[in-house]
Amino acid sequence: MSLLGFLKKNRQELEQREDMGRGFLVFENTSEVIQAERILKTGGFSIRVMGPPPEIRKGCDLVIEFPLIEELDVLRHLEQDGLKPLEMVPVTGPLLKPINLFYRKDYGRYLMIRAANMKLTIDKETAIIVNVSGGGCPDVPYLAWQLIGKSLYEAPAPKEIGHTLCGYALQLAYEEMRK
Amino acid sequence: MLAVVGTIPVEGFPLVAGRAQIKGDDLMIEKHAVPINRGTPALIASAIRTGQSRALQDPFCYLVGDIGRGTGSRHLYEYLTQDLARHDFDTVTFHYLQPDIEWQSRVMSAIKKLDPAPVLIADAGFMYGAKMAGLSENFALFTPDLGELAFLADEEAPHPFYTRGFILHEENHVPDLISHAYEHHNAARHLLVKGSQDYIANREGVLSVVDAPVEEAMEAIGGTGDTLTGIVSALISAGMEVSKAARIAAKVNRVAGSYAKPTPATQVMEIIRHIPEALEICMRKT
Repeated sequence: MSLLGFLKKNRQELEQREDMGRGFLVFENTSEVIQAERILKTGGFSIRVMGPPPEIRKGCDLVIEFPLIEELDVLRHLEQDGLKPLEMVPVTGPLLKPINLFYRKDYGRYLMIRAANMKLTIDKETAIIVNVSGGGCPDVPYLAWQLIGKSLYEAPAPKEIGHTLCGYALQLAYEEMRK
Repeated sequence: MLAVVGTIPVEGFPLVAGRAQIKGDDLMIEKHAVPINRGTPALIASAIRTGQSRALQDPFCYLVGDIGRGTGSRHLYEYLTQDLARHDFDTVTFHYLQPDIEWQSRVMSAIKKLDPAPVLIADAGFMYGAKMAGLSENFALFTPDLGELAFLADEEAPHPFYTRGFILHEENHVPDLISHAYEHHNAARHLLVKGSQDYIANREGVLSVVDAPVEEAMEAIGGTGDTLTGIVSALISAGMEVSKAARIAAKVNRVAGSYAKPTPATQVMEIIRHIPEALEICMRKT
């Protein structure tokens, strides 16, 4: 391989790796895209408006690229202004879907529910949250600190105080537990 | 000396760099008291307890407040690019940090200039970012759980939340997932996969499996993975070969957990207290 070819390949690999941390927000129409762009830029998020890849068949002819790890924070900012994207998908795999399978482990007095990489455990007699485990984003210890020792019905929802995809996964476990 | 890089779940907690000590149920660093309940403080406390049994110096810690916004992590990444060269760490462990491809690549560039090169270990968010940035092979050890292993094995997944085939995270698929992670250059030179069975592996395959004692409640307890990473970090810093350190750490973590007689409501500090006696027993048997 020539030096130019080697450098080009390296550059392509670097760009692919950089894309791995990004996601697309898909909206119904362009006016929502414009509104979302304003909200997220004001919120300090690193975003850009662009055309959608061919795999995305829903929505309008513009999408917003955003930092995927901050999905929960982005969603909260949009919802505060009454906006809800049709889809939020990874740039490197627009067809990838969030994990939506739940795993339950009944310890007798305690019940643990796992959603994706996050686990929530409650005392079934009191509905007190006794443990939060799994995950690797820095809001996980914060969420655990805020939730443990509180009743499932009085604790803040992870989507209200979390910021990342791990927080999003914990929200799913929390919703499943409340069912 | 071991260095640990991570976060404190308190917004506005300042960036601190210095040696940490345990006082009661708190970690003390530069006059700041931090509860040892989970996350990086649990990792550090476990490393301290392990190191004390091996006559190691207390670890040097880089900590900053971050509750998931990433601002603290980025501040710390920037600081590391300047400060790592001022020290002589034999081992550096990265933990709960916001994954950030650009900043993690810059930190790695700074590390590559260090001579001698420290042994690098990653867990949690920094491990996610290392995979995403294509930096995995610079690390001596990753400590994923089963879900995180599936994420390492899936070359397209940007986060464990989006991992394809999460449904397949059954123990009997672990060797296949390990093989996939190495095939796509997304694994460190060694893996310590924590679960109901702990697997120690490298590119050649599974080296050993640690599966006793068994405490079912450990899965529910937040921070048991952090204690494992803390123990193995201290053993490696003490000069132990990586795969041996991983095998012993897995055993020590299980024995310490067993001594705590855990329920799903047990908090991880109760396990950390038992690390010295668990280490003594496990080292005697080795």
